[in-house]
Amino acid sequence: MESLTNKKKVLEQKPMTLLERMYLPAIVKGMSITFMHMFRKKETVFYPEVQREFSENWRGMHSLKRDEQGRERCTACGLCALSCPAEAITMISAERKKGEEHLYREEKYAAVYEINMLRCIFCGLCEEACPKEAIYLDGPIVPADYLRKDFIYGKDKLVEKTIEGVNA
Amino acid sequence: MKLAIVIDGYYFLEKFGLITVIFALSLVVAMYSTLAERKIAGFLQDRVGPNRAGWGGMLQPLADGVKMFLKEEIIPAESSKFLFIVGPSLAILTACIGSAVIPWGDTIVLFGRTVDLQVTDINVGVLYIFGVVSLGVYGIMIGGWASNNKYSLMGAIRAASQNISYEIAMGLSIIALLMMTGSLSLRDITNQQHGFWHEGWFSWNFFSQPLGFLIFLVCAFAETNRTPFDLPECETELVGGYHTEYSSMKLGFYLFSEYINMFVSSAVMSTLYFGGYNYPGMDWVMEHAGPTWGPLVGVAALLGKIFFFIFFFMWVRWTVPRFRYDQLMNLGWKVLIPLAIANIVATGLWMTVKATYF
Repeated sequence: MESLTNKKKVLEQKPMTLLERMYLPAIVKGMSITFMHMFRKKETVFYPEVQREFSENWRGMHSLKRDEQGRERCTACGLCALSCPAEAITMISAERKKGEEHLYREEKYAAVYEINMLRCIFCGLCEEACPKEAIYLDGPIVPADYLRKDFIYGKDKLVEKTIEGVNA
Repeated sequence: MKLAIVIDGYYFLEKFGLITVIFALSLVVAMYSTLAERKIAGFLQDRVGPNRAGWGGMLQPLADGVKMFLKEEIIPAESSKFLFIVGPSLAILTACIGSAVIPWGDTIVLFGRTVDLQVTDINVGVLYIFGVVSLGVYGIMIGGWASNNKYSLMGAIRAASQNISYEIAMGLSIIALLMMTGSLSLRDITNQQHGFWHEGWFSWNFFSQPLGFLIFLVCAFAETNRTPFDLPECETELVGGYHTEYSSMKLGFYLFSEYINMFVSSAVMSTLYFGGYNYPGMDWVMEHAGPTWGPLVGVAALLGKIFFFIFFFMWVRWTVPRFRYDQLMNLGWKVLIPLAIANIVATGLWMTVKATYF
């Protein structure tokens, strides 16, 4: 049968010559290559002191954003929880009281917002689903811990720190 | 000549001191070989290796040792407990006693006494080395057998058959050398390689026995269970090989004995083929440095050669991939043994021709 592409290549396997069967020239060649590597530039990044830059589309720990006046953007619509394929997000919504306008941007807000970091697969669907631009996966690597309960991150860990001078 | 040695209290003292120094030396060298292995592995792979403990990682062997001692000691319930302990003890014992017949330097004058820098100059030194090397496999065999684990047993069987196969080629490769030297004493063999140049040819045995050295080198790799012949502990097939069930310092002994074996076999190779404590221009140095410092330079030369060979062991480890088991046996029985025999014949012919016509 005629081949459809010309990509097929039949390798010719010649019997090895005596010099090749001795392996020694090949070993010497290989050893010279490894020896030259001793003088190459080292690729090591000295981690705790030097940290590599994350890439542009890096997805790390979640952060719940505030707007320019320092108010929480999240309105507890639940779209992030709905979109989450790992079902890692839960929340309890609450109504904004009078006098809390400087804390929450919308009339409804998330009183409790929890992400189980052991379930999260860092797919980024929550940040795509969010209509209020309230959640982004722009944090660092989620650190290790000892207990399962410590991996359920609440608002204390997720919400962006208040901007100085804008909010109390 | 032997009878002329005056055996007095100082004689025992100096031998005891020498044994202590050599014992400590081989342990320290083995300790730092573990660090060197990791460092060299790092360098050859464009990494830096361990560099946190101490300056540039210099305290890493101590940290490893402390870790080994603090690990839980597990003896499998179904193992034969006595043999389980005998295994690693035998491995490290045979590794350590090999260095007894190696001449570490010329006779040296220390505090007005002439001291032989060799623990004992027996006239069957080479045979002693071979005997000790053959015993070394018992440590692995017994350990692997006593573990009562199929992987350990497979590793032990591999080690035994591999060592026995390569011992033959090793012994045959050395016969050609012994035909030329006419002596089994390592001291005599070293003295015959005096200096670097003798009567129009290099005096080191390597230059008259290059093939013999090559066979010996390959066999030394197999005897010390180093890559490319480290099938007894081939982790992809046998978990950990003969030391699968071992933990704590008993495992440490096995790993340590490998490095001591490396040190001793490097010393044997340097002594037999690369002139031991001889180096170019040693007569001039001996004349100018005196009977105390002159031999010490020789000791340094021997240590330099040993360190080069240890480096060579590691260099090969991170270059050559592991042999398959049938390839290993083919190489041993079908290549190295015929080559060694051919080397004996060629050496014999050459010696006859030389004796008859020159």
